Amino acid sequence: MAASKKMTFSRRSFLKSSALASGGMIIGFNLFNACKADVKPPVDLSQLNYNDFNAFIKISEEGKVTIFSPNPEIGQGVKTSMPMLIAEELDVAWKDVYVQQGKLDTENYQRQVAGGSQSIRHGWEPLRQTGATAKQMLVNAAAARWGVDASECSVSNGVITNAKGETLGYGDVVTEAAILEVPEEVTLKDPKDFKIIGKGKGNVDIDNIITGKPLFGIDYKEEGMLYACVLRPPAFGQVLESFDDSVALALPGVVAVITIGEKIRAYRDSGKSNWSMQMSSSDKVVVIAKSTWEAMKGQKAIKAIWKTETPLESTETHDKALLALLDGKKFKTRRKDGNVKKAFAAADKVIERVYEAPFLPHNTMEPMNFFANVTPEKVHLVGPVQTPEAAAKVVSELLERDLQDVHLEMTRMGGGFGRRLYGDFVYEAAEISNAIKKPIKVVSSREDDMTTGVYRPSTKYKIAASIKDGKVTGYHLKEACVNGNMYGLIPNFFPAGAIENYQVDTANYKSNITTGAWRAPYTNFLASAEQSFFDELAEELGMDRVQLHMDLLDNVKKNPEANIEYSPDRLQAVLKLAVEKSNWGNTEEGVYQGLSVYYCHNSHVAEVADITMENGIPNVKRVTCAVDCGIVVNPLGAMNQAKGGVIDGIGHALYSDFGFNNGVPQSNNFNTYQLIRMGQTPKVDVHFIENNIDPTGLGEPTLPPIGAAVANAIYKATGKRLTKQPYMSNMNVENSVVG
Amino acid sequence: MPTFNLKINNKSFAVEADSDMPLLWVLRDKINLVGTKFGCGIGQCGACTVHVDGNATRSCLLQVSQAEGMNITTIEGLSEHGDHPVQQAWKVVDVPQCGYCQAGQIMTASAFLKTNASPSDSEIRDAMHGNICRCAAYNSIQEAVKLASKK
Repeated sequence: MAASKKMTFSRRSFLKSSALASGGMIIGFNLFNACKADVKPPVDLSQLNYNDFNAFIKISEEGKVTIFSPNPEIGQGVKTSMPMLIAEELDVAWKDVYVQQGKLDTENYQRQVAGGSQSIRHGWEPLRQTGATAKQMLVNAAAARWGVDASECSVSNGVITNAKGETLGYGDVVTEAAILEVPEEVTLKDPKDFKIIGKGKGNVDIDNIITGKPLFGIDYKEEGMLYACVLRPPAFGQVLESFDDSVALALPGVVAVITIGEKIRAYRDSGKSNWSMQMSSSDKVVVIAKSTWEAMKGQKAIKAIWKTETPLESTETHDKALLALLDGKKFKTRRKDGNVKKAFAAADKVIERVYEAPFLPHNTMEPMNFFANVTPEKVHLVGPVQTPEAAAKVVSELLERDLQDVHLEMTRMGGGFGRRLYGDFVYEAAEISNAIKKPIKVVSSREDDMTTGVYRPSTKYKIAASIKDGKVTGYHLKEACVNGNMYGLIPNFFPAGAIENYQVDTANYKSNITTGAWRAPYTNFLASAEQSFFDELAEELGMDRVQLHMDLLDNVKKNPEANIEYSPDRLQAVLKLAVEKSNWGNTEEGVYQGLSVYYCHNSHVAEVADITMENGIPNVKRVTCAVDCGIVVNPLGAMNQAKGGVIDGIGHALYSDFGFNNGVPQSNNFNTYQLIRMGQTPKVDVHFIENNIDPTGLGEPTLPPIGAAVANAIYKATGKRLTKQPYMSNMNVENSVVG
Repeated sequence: MPTFNLKINNKSFAVEADSDMPLLWVLRDKINLVGTKFGCGIGQCGACTVHVDGNATRSCLLQVSQAEGMNITTIEGLSEHGDHPVQQAWKVVDVPQCGYCQAGQIMTASAFLKTNASPSDSEIRDAMHGNICRCAAYNSIQEAVKLASKK
């Protein structure tokens, strides 16, 4: 999309404007339905009110512009970048824009979600249309007042100018504009005319963050609110048998001890289920107190007896089961090109490797928490959740309340990484408040947060490739995973289409450990496995690693029938850029480089890790990262996401381990579970490909490739191929830093 | 329940609390200074860092009874208008992603720069090693501390 674009609203019903009683105009846009071609417009527009809209602009008579950011903010920067899209087409100065978190509407809309790096990709056109439409209406109002044609007017920074040079501000015409017909056609800007998109804009919440203002769910308070800590089963597979709360109840500040779980069980027993409900249906003991600390102390003072209901699993159980699955026949084939069996039989050589990764907790810095106040009038919920719509819906069903009575407010989130896609803590909060008829905030301790799920599932891959006459002729990837498996279109990612005989199979082990999405689900380890394997394959072929990839991607280009998700040209371009910027192959003595290139979440990324070895310990010094995510909406935010993804990926690939013994997690806080810290971080240089392609997401795509880049560099330094994460635990060296 | 007299951000507070309640929870739940964040409760992550008599201190490990008579500064009191050189640097570099750990990072950095006004990169990395940033904004944190040291 290189030039300005006329947008015709066959779906004009998605737009609505109105004069505000207090003066000014509000314009709404049903963003998420508009993204889906198959969704019908709302039936009766007169039944909608402005709170029905997810994304909207408010302009006051004074010309003050408020833009509501529709999606939950988890640190991925959408509270800044999504309003930038609206402001660009509305043509107002960014400094004059006030950004507010939009409200949840559970009735009409589909994707008010933070997940999958999809917010910008889905919002790109609808949000700009919203801005452009509002601008056109304001111009039309000014033109009508002047008695001139709207086409004679121009706009800059919220000021409309006519051919005679007369001017009117947005605020001057906003009341007239609000009652005009919504234009059926608006023109979007040519990207070369962008004034806001592509210019680095700082985090809109920066002043509040650096001065410690209440922003996060855990900061939320209401008059009369009590604090609740929940004692959940210590082992997966156990449920509550009985408990003694006499010590807890005698503690200062402790108000009550109750049990919950009944509502969740009733919900499940009735045959209902919801994917967001990854939680034990055991009874749980809840200590309610006047402060968080008193509730936590009370929780520790509960003497509970647990009984085993389903098998207590250990890491050993999982390792054996997954390896057995890889060697077995219980696979579901996800993609099959040609015939890998024949290719392997005819090969000069077949190489086969197994790659392994552990469970991982998300460990958002802000532990799970949520506020609930259940009254006869309404259910008021406030807090950090990535899927507010699903959360509100489940609460309405759990408490048997009308969905309209459930009001959910989104706060800023102290990280998500997938954990807050699951609303277990929302349901607990609602059940507690419903039981005691008081406003409460449920707060997890770090130990609660780390030991009661949800986790990235432990996964193993077996990858085999056949070589014939110096070429890769077959590629067979098998996945064995706890509870889940790679989803959707992942089997069509690279190297699909590049190798004639190609097959992806998956198998699954059902566990009672709650698992779910974790930043860049499945690809976060799949990329490590595959891109380590290609390094080995290149060596086996006696080929330069870069050349092998360029050749494979050329194969895809010669194969236009290939049903693939990625662009071979864009992958080649990021590979070339990373090679150039990293000075690939020309390092100083003692510096070893590893390469990885990967497509996921609609973006293309290549990374080179430079490492040194110090006392047998790898030290990642620098990472060069080349990214093609189309137009970069907010370069400052994009840089943060890209660098964060790389360092997060290094930390989890090298250091983070999470195991179970008889259902009990083996780590419960940061003294026994290692996250990467500043002293272990490389300098990350990020280079974006410049193009005018519609933007894709950045919350995830830089994370998956880095594990392999680091493993491949360690191989060069040590001659040891690392196939099991966390790599540091499998290098036979003492970890440099723990805790 | 005993009463403790605390001096926080140059103001006096009389707080009724159990003597073992950590300063963190006194700040957050009793006197509504929620800028100081709960991360781990065992002094491992640094999200709850405040200044006690000028030193960076983990408020989750300091009991309220130990905090009496000390000069406590939280993120809310680091500067009157949010313009401490470290806060300014954080804004210029646009450090935060989710932002949750940043108050603790800023409090650690500001106490550190008082002891070492022009640190090297490796001194910055050592000084900030105790604060976890789960979004891994470490490059930006390092850059912001460096920038603040030049002001």
